[in-house]
Amino acid sequence: MVPFLLKRLISLALSLLAASVVIFLVLQVVPGDPASYMLGMNAQPETVEALRQQMGLNEPLVWRYLTWIAGLAHGDFGISYTYKVPTAELISQRLWVSLPLAVYALVLSTLIALPVGIIAAAKRNTAADYGIMGVTQFGIAVPNFWFAMLLVLLFSITLRWFSAGGFPGWSAGFLPAMKALTLPAIALALPQASILARVTRSSLLDTLSEDYIRTARAKGLTRSQTLVRHAVRNAMIPVLTIIGLQFSFLLAGAIIIENVFYLPGLGRLVFQGITQRDLIVVQSVVMLLVFAVIVITFLVDIAYAVVDPRLRSRS
Amino acid sequence: MQEISLTDDRRSLVGEAFRSKSFSLGFLLTGAFIVAAVLSLVWTPYDATAISVAEKLRGPSAAHWLGTDHFGRDILSMIMVGARTSIAVAFVSVGIGIAAGVPLGLWAAARQGSLVDEIIMRANDLVFAFPALLIAILITAVFGPGAVNAIIAIGIFNIPVFARLARGAALTLWTREYIFAARVAGKGAVRISAEHILPNIMNLLIVQGTIQFSLGILADAALSYVGLGAQPPVPSWGRMLADAQTMISLAPHMALFPGAAIVLTVLGLNLMGDGLRDIFDPKLRRSR
Repeated sequence: MVPFLLKRLISLALSLLAASVVIFLVLQVVPGDPASYMLGMNAQPETVEALRQQMGLNEPLVWRYLTWIAGLAHGDFGISYTYKVPTAELISQRLWVSLPLAVYALVLSTLIALPVGIIAAAKRNTAADYGIMGVTQFGIAVPNFWFAMLLVLLFSITLRWFSAGGFPGWSAGFLPAMKALTLPAIALALPQASILARVTRSSLLDTLSEDYIRTARAKGLTRSQTLVRHAVRNAMIPVLTIIGLQFSFLLAGAIIIENVFYLPGLGRLVFQGITQRDLIVVQSVVMLLVFAVIVITFLVDIAYAVVDPRLRSRS
Repeated sequence: MQEISLTDDRRSLVGEAFRSKSFSLGFLLTGAFIVAAVLSLVWTPYDATAISVAEKLRGPSAAHWLGTDHFGRDILSMIMVGARTSIAVAFVSVGIGIAAGVPLGLWAAARQGSLVDEIIMRANDLVFAFPALLIAILITAVFGPGAVNAIIAIGIFNIPVFARLARGAALTLWTREYIFAARVAGKGAVRISAEHILPNIMNLLIVQGTIQFSLGILADAALSYVGLGAQPPVPSWGRMLADAQTMISLAPHMALFPGAAIVLTVLGLNLMGDGLRDIFDPKLRRSR
């Protein structure tokens, strides 16, 4: 287990390093000078130059990269060009919208997908199965932002159950905040739930064709006992991977959905950063999301190895 | 003699494809949008960019089958031109993925375990670690919005998909006897990959290509929805939805039709992909 862990840790560190270099370099190509952008059209060249100096834009590329990375390690993401406050502060405020939204969507998606996928597999080739497969086929094809608009049309404009957007903040209380996140979470969860239900179904069908399932039935267990005690547990391994991967999809997918519902999350922050040339904010948010994806993938790998010792030697 | 049996094979494959309900339905849906896209090059009911304030926000009628938008533009015409943009963006980005990814994957498989293999696979992992949509947004934001940059942004994420698929499939083929025979006969890795491996993984590539095509349509819609895809006045499905959002309580039809166009196209491609997979790999059919 220890060599395996060590190997995975080294590859984790290398991935993070490579990702940070790529993100840093991509953002160096952005046209336009952030200093002159901040000061406006009528700024004196000397003022711009002084600000460039102050922002460290005149330092060599490698030095700027190293300062950025050293800062990240300390939780210092730099000062936002436009907001003039520490980027870390901006991100942590916004994270309190995006993270709960992603978790909410993940819980919804899992709660819907697992039972639906299990029912489809257990009732294979029946009307219920065909119905579920048909609906999930649609679910995969629906763009989540369009689904979000349909939800707004039905629940906000026609039925007036939910507001069409905005976020009251957690200070307004848990329930009002959750209510504001409900439509966005449903919009995010639907396509993911469709994928997850299909994965659950096919994984369970694979497991059900195994010999030990036949043995269990021969032992005298009923169909449902076999399903619950043997099949579902073994079928969960691929399902767990997909759930792990989906969390990062949901975090990134929230970027679009936050724009539909005017939620003050990371997605809105990135878009504002892009339009206002606030590179340090864009760089930090992207790095954070990529970091999350890499770490989650790592954790899923480790969880696998704990559950299934065969995988340790293979990797 | 051989010539004849070859055509017979092909004919029976086409016949089998259309016996599959998924494939036929998918083909019909996708075909309809491709026809609409091609038709839009020579004819649309109205000029898709013609503004007519007098006729703005009309619901579906005999004159405008799918109604008009807030500038009085004909929605059916816009959807037809939008189909062209979406299909072109998705198609070219799949092309990029295949053209760059397949050779890389084959190369990695031919040199399995070497430094080249390791570098290609780690670079792939790296691209996979980036949430695709986020980076597509970043790329279009850095290099400017527009259809070409959308193609590049989506295409980059197709490269590792095809590289990984080609490598995995090629690796199992490299252990086969006939490949060994080809090596003994003195063929080099490049010739073996091109003459023996590539034809044998073509089925997989076609199925994956269909899936990536549908994901490309969705990605293009998302990018143009946030204003980073094709720029106005060129109509795009995503931008139509962004416009519709501001009008949603006044004119819900503006949101319904472009969204339905996206769903039906993606659904069609996915159904085609499912159908093809069943035909190419009958073993999988049992479980689906």
